[in-house]
Amino acid sequence: MSARASTLLVGAVLLVAAPLVAPPYFMHLIIQVLLWGFVYTAWSVMGRFGLVSLGHGAFLGIGAYVPALLWNYYAVTPWLGIPLSVVLSMLLGLVIGYPCFRLRVVGHYFALVTLALGQVVMLTIVAARDVTGGSLGFTPNNVGYSWYAFQFPEKTHFYVVALVLWVGGLAVWRAIDRGVGREALDAISEDEEAAAAIGIDVMREKLRVTVISAALTALGGAVYGQYIMYINPETLSGIAVSLQIVFAAIVGGMYALLGPTVGALLTLSLNEGLRVGFGTSFIGAANTIYGVLLILCIIFMPRGIVGMVRGATTRRARTKTAPAE
Amino acid sequence: MDIYLLEAVINGILLGGVLALLALGLNLIFGVIDVVWIAYADLVMCGMYVIFWLYADLGWPLPLACLAAIIGVAALGVLVHLLIIAPILGSAPINQLLATGGLLFFLQNFATLLFGTDFRNIGVRLPIIEVGDIYVSSARLLAFAMALVGAVALWLFLRRTYIGTAIRAIAQDRDIVGLMGVDQRHVYLVTSAIGGALAGLAACLLALQYDVHPFVGNTFGPLIFMICVLGGLGDMIGGFVAAFIISQIISIGGYYASTELSYVLAFTLFIVLMFIRPRGILVR
Repeated sequence: MSARASTLLVGAVLLVAAPLVAPPYFMHLIIQVLLWGFVYTAWSVMGRFGLVSLGHGAFLGIGAYVPALLWNYYAVTPWLGIPLSVVLSMLLGLVIGYPCFRLRVVGHYFALVTLALGQVVMLTIVAARDVTGGSLGFTPNNVGYSWYAFQFPEKTHFYVVALVLWVGGLAVWRAIDRGVGREALDAISEDEEAAAAIGIDVMREKLRVTVISAALTALGGAVYGQYIMYINPETLSGIAVSLQIVFAAIVGGMYALLGPTVGALLTLSLNEGLRVGFGTSFIGAANTIYGVLLILCIIFMPRGIVGMVRGATTRRARTKTAPAE
Repeated sequence: MDIYLLEAVINGILLGGVLALLALGLNLIFGVIDVVWIAYADLVMCGMYVIFWLYADLGWPLPLACLAAIIGVAALGVLVHLLIIAPILGSAPINQLLATGGLLFFLQNFATLLFGTDFRNIGVRLPIIEVGDIYVSSARLLAFAMALVGAVALWLFLRRTYIGTAIRAIAQDRDIVGLMGVDQRHVYLVTSAIGGALAGLAACLLALQYDVHPFVGNTFGPLIFMICVLGGLGDMIGGFVAAFIISQIISIGGYYASTELSYVLAFTLFIVLMFIRPRGILVR
């Protein structure tokens, strides 16, 4: 336990000290890891209970576009725009989740319905090109340093925002993991009929995690959009990003608290490492390796990296204590 | 009737043929192996690149390049089954779906690595046929005809041959067929090869009409899943019907509004139909 506490302490000190020592480029990477780690964590809130969504780009896209559009066209502050996008996203989660769960759309049928949902949102953004800029993307009006506009040219501000968001996401994940609904959700993902038979309100439990996941994902998309200051339907709402969310969470390990964050760290460092190492002539190399990793991961360690490491350490601990018994 | 609308309807029917062919392949694999190949459209992309590479780069004759593409993608289908599906045949269906999703990432980015992200065209221009006031692209007409030929050939194969019968039997009852002395692994390999060959054939037909680029699969991949699910996964006739419904929505919707909006309409209809008729449009 003390080892655990000291690890936590070292981690916290490193995270607090980062903006003092890290150059801007690394700050940028850390912010990205935190923001994507947050989004992946948000996905795994529902993904770990067998609700595999291939359409989280829908929520990400709403989160990114709603505040940006409101800001550019109506000068509405993102402080209102972001909560609104979160609410819209939750509504969409309800609208798609309720019939799915009522009619027992599960497994790969659920995955395909969410895939279609992601496509609907992405293509709607592209189709409304007069307003959203279509495939060319959209740039929020830049006003420089402004709390009102939620725009900070200095990376330190966004670092703090991303850190708070990430810690908040972990807290939500943990609350669900430790909460009363956890056993019920596990039961549902094992056998829905049996869970319903012993009196679990399947609909309520599933809707709860879906709406939470949708809300957090939209929040992540909104802050990401404010940070990058350029949003694009393909990169924030297409199939590619929806699958990227699923895979990073799985590779990292969606059953462990830090799994999705490890997934984000791994993905981004792989991408950046190959980009810096090989330059642009090697475009696609990172994701090629990534694809192979994913396949291997799903075949050989479906619980992800963190899940496997943890499994190995607990097994070692068990063998160590075994002779004493 | 508006002449352009008629043209849109005809183009919709012609597009439906190719989509139906792909839906047949995906449905066959789902019905027999019980796996959804998320990367199916990307196998088509590979086939298109094979044709582009052999025909436009190396100067092979087009029919030979097409044949090579069909055989190549069929082999790829077998590889996909052996390397990715076979090891996890026993695990949850969603894991298999995700593993082929990893394949999608791999294929798209490997193609980017090899060929870059440029749009490439094999540079074959088939003439436009004029019937009355209506213009029909003969590439599309050929694609439609070939798709029908492919579908009929598949039907004959499934009806008339021993292995075809075994494939249909497995789709009906996985466990009993083993008891009757059918080697499941063999049937799975043949099914994967046929699924691949159909994707290869579709690649030949699409290469005549569209540019190839690494992400071309994303434009029609989701459509094929929708068609299969709408028809009822594993239900080949349902898939065939659904292919023409979806292609009409896209074609006519594209005529009245825009291409993207017609896709939005098709995907929304898909979601709604999943709720109303979750087991497929033809099932009562």
